[in-house]
Amino acid sequence: MSLAPRPPTSADAKAPMKAAVIIFPGSNREHDVCMALQRASGREPARIWHREASLPDCDLIVLPGGFAYGDYLRCGAMAAHSPIMREVKTRAERGTPVLGICNGFQVLTEAGMLPGALLPNRTLTFICRDVHLKVENNQTVFTSGYAAGQTIRVPTAHHDGNYTADSDMLDRLEGEGRVAFRYCSASGEFADEDNVNGSTRAIAGIFNESRTVLGLMPHPENATDPLLGGTDGQGFFAGLVAALQ
Amino acid sequence: MGGSNVTPELAAEMGLSAEEFERARDILGRIPTLTELGVFSAMWSEHCSYKSSKIWLKTLPTTGPRVICGPGENAGVVDIGDGDAVVFKIESHNHPSFIEPYQGAATGVGGILRDVFTMGARPVAILNSLRFGSPDDPKTRHLVSGVVAGIGGYGNCVGVPTVGGECQFHPAYNGNILVNAMCVGLARADRIFYSAAAGPGNLVIYVGAKTGRDGIHGATMASAEFSEDAAEKRPTVQVGDPFTEKLLIEACLELMATDAIVAIQDMGAAGLTSSSVEMADKGGLGIELDLDRVPVREAGMSPYEIMLSESQERMLMVLAPGSEEQARRVFEKWELDFAVIGRVTDTGQLILRMHGEVAADIPVGPLVTQAPLYERPWLRRQPGPDIDPATLPDRDPLDCLKRLVASPDLASKRWIWEQYDHLVQGNTVKRPGGDAAVIRISENGKALALKTDCTPRYCRADPVRGGMQAVAESWRNLTAVGALPLAVTDNMNFGNPEKPEIMGEFAGAIEGMREACRALDYPVVSGNVSLYNETSGSAILPTPVIGGVGLIADAAKAVDLALKQEGDALYLVGETKGHLGASLYLREIEGREDGLPPPVDLAAERKNGDFVRAMIANNHNLVAACHDISDGGLLVAVAEMAMAGGHGIALDGISVQELLNTWLFGEDQGRYLIETRAPLAVEASAAAAGVPIKRIGKVGCSELTLSGATIAEGQTRQTPGMSGGPELTLPGAGAISVAELKAANEAWLPAYMAQG
Repeated sequence: MSLAPRPPTSADAKAPMKAAVIIFPGSNREHDVCMALQRASGREPARIWHREASLPDCDLIVLPGGFAYGDYLRCGAMAAHSPIMREVKTRAERGTPVLGICNGFQVLTEAGMLPGALLPNRTLTFICRDVHLKVENNQTVFTSGYAAGQTIRVPTAHHDGNYTADSDMLDRLEGEGRVAFRYCSASGEFADEDNVNGSTRAIAGIFNESRTVLGLMPHPENATDPLLGGTDGQGFFAGLVAALQ
Repeated sequence: MGGSNVTPELAAEMGLSAEEFERARDILGRIPTLTELGVFSAMWSEHCSYKSSKIWLKTLPTTGPRVICGPGENAGVVDIGDGDAVVFKIESHNHPSFIEPYQGAATGVGGILRDVFTMGARPVAILNSLRFGSPDDPKTRHLVSGVVAGIGGYGNCVGVPTVGGECQFHPAYNGNILVNAMCVGLARADRIFYSAAAGPGNLVIYVGAKTGRDGIHGATMASAEFSEDAAEKRPTVQVGDPFTEKLLIEACLELMATDAIVAIQDMGAAGLTSSSVEMADKGGLGIELDLDRVPVREAGMSPYEIMLSESQERMLMVLAPGSEEQARRVFEKWELDFAVIGRVTDTGQLILRMHGEVAADIPVGPLVTQAPLYERPWLRRQPGPDIDPATLPDRDPLDCLKRLVASPDLASKRWIWEQYDHLVQGNTVKRPGGDAAVIRISENGKALALKTDCTPRYCRADPVRGGMQAVAESWRNLTAVGALPLAVTDNMNFGNPEKPEIMGEFAGAIEGMREACRALDYPVVSGNVSLYNETSGSAILPTPVIGGVGLIADAAKAVDLALKQEGDALYLVGETKGHLGASLYLREIEGREDGLPPPVDLAAERKNGDFVRAMIANNHNLVAACHDISDGGLLVAVAEMAMAGGHGIALDGISVQELLNTWLFGEDQGRYLIETRAPLAVEASAAAAGVPIKRIGKVGCSELTLSGATIAEGQTRQTPGMSGGPELTLPGAGAISVAELKAANEAWLPAYMAQG
């Protein structure tokens, strides 16, 4: 039931982007992100079981959404100690881009690869809904497919997406251009009611210092097909492919 | 086995009547042991044996050219072409959810997921059907909150989208809420797994979570009325672990890709008892289990407790010879318990051993075939008289409309479905909130349409008509998104079957369903019965929930209810007589619940539906939006289309003579609204098909001036065009802002849940 990989054509002057998607017990959006990556790059991502100690040669590492280890203890806390995470950190230090979506973002904060933490939504409920995001920094491999300040509409689906960090860290993130996305209105304004989960400073996604690690709560992979209600996530994956192939 | 001190009194405590206990003793030729008594009690409970309902269920149509597997297995299986099959079932978790709403609802979802992936299908969608008591009942808010969180907590974690459902309120559910969960899965038609054990000597394997003392005798609890002490039954409610379920899904599907599994059965109600008995019975064989080998969570569990535990996330399998190591590797990879606990035999006996002793030795055949079967007395209540609409006071239709869209049953359920991940797996074409959810099957373009339906107030007023209407509305909802309805799963929620009038409601609903399923070629392929939904003698409304599954050849052609384009015409398909008996208008506006439900003309239903489906499938995109007309009638349906699309609508095709609340709010069946940009083509096709159709309005702002009609009560409505935004305009009655309607429609549930 999955897409057959698009065979490389002569138009593909560069080698298609190679992505590795880490599968933890309890991951559940790996299929969604693999579809989006495959559609954008023409190459099926490698799926790597969390107990592996090594990764294949790849241009991008993805930690997908889901409930790794049931999110028992704390969201992402146990997955952060999976064997594969040591290798993910090593690759990240060498500059391989790492993308954590939703539960993947939670794992990255628990693993210390991104600062701050994700608290329960301020409604204390799970929220699945389309939200608008402002692209705060498009000068990265992850966001180059968007214009600076562009507003996009993508879904969220999480219970614990309320980003928080101490104010020094927040100031640093702002000052260093490490806020990737912020929740906003359809017209790009910031109002409390558009901050879906109550995140501090409406932060939806952040980069590490070198902007090679991105964690974000919303799901651009679920907005890549016009039939499924939106295509604003296509720019995300097209930008990645353009930057990394 | 030693002497048994089991008495008829103990049997009665476990729910067995004196005659049933006698029969068990005859089958064994001796007094049962405690473990054996537990097995008989669970297998012969209403929940497992269907002893009150079976003779009626057998009268439903269950076959059809596409049906691969009808009722009797874990779930129904229907052929959808290209070698694919859709596997689905609905199941109730009413009693546990009332006692412990979060875990009761969560494990309801877990149980129905297992029924589907047990058959080799990957679950692709979850739906539900919820009934709560009056919003004014002090428990209701807590129950809504817990049930919704439980359904979401389980479904979200396992990564199966919860795409649709329904939620209604009525005081008759104050002491007995209904939580029905439906799961839909996809499999290859030639890779369906069944539960019949085969091959004497083959190993019986236990996989999944460990067995604890939770949920012991849950099936028996679900087979009795509640009294005031319902909360004391909390220990009989199971606790769910969706993470383990997710691992179990992946592990089972991984092993199912090989040829290792001969038979598989999930441990649901009555746990290891019903799973082992069903496997042995279906295979005509025996099973021997060594209960010392069952992975347990607590020390010192007795054979009785192990056999009756309803711990969740467990499966029983029979493996092909030589497959043990292969299977063990898969389950160890997923960090699940795996234990060889017995083997298949050719003796026909269920033999349970523990601590070197035989705890039970029961002939499986008689245990199943001699299970009690009751033709309970039933009484058909004469439906009361219908109402005389001429006696109803005149009321401003737009005021009534605003009250109706903000009433509990019609108010937006966004607060609920936003707590469900309805997008995971990346195939959700039409999200919750419309007539039916649409899930893409594969990139080659097919899709499934899914919906749950029932109108209990109709079933109370006239069970036959109500049963018929539930099936018809399900069929209509699938048709309204462009799907061909294939088959249904039913969840029969009723009161105490030992009361003739309740049994009469059951028999009547079955009769109506049977007629409708036949007329619409819409067979029942799986289902569940939940009886004894009574507290202190007060029964719920009869609620036969229909879970419908339809097929769309091209997912891109699925339509929804949102108005799309200014200038398009809006057509009413089907005949309107203005039936207000048992309507929501009558209940919400007049405060009355009397009258008869609308008649269901199945021939017209089919003809109108076939016409609408053909229009939607037409290659010229004739239909921009479509909506079925049900609760609240025509004007509510128009408003729902306007609210979904954010467009205004001028109902300039409604004549002054039709400006009657019977016409605007009547719930006549077999009707649809379609938006089209090609009125002539639609009219010509309708004429050719002999389908009554009427242009009732135009999408967009009104160019009307108020016509001559007057309104009875004080004229408070605004003049069309005054609100500045999109409006719903009713010539002769003024206009109402779509934003105002939407605000009223969206506000009720969040505001209600925020109180207290």
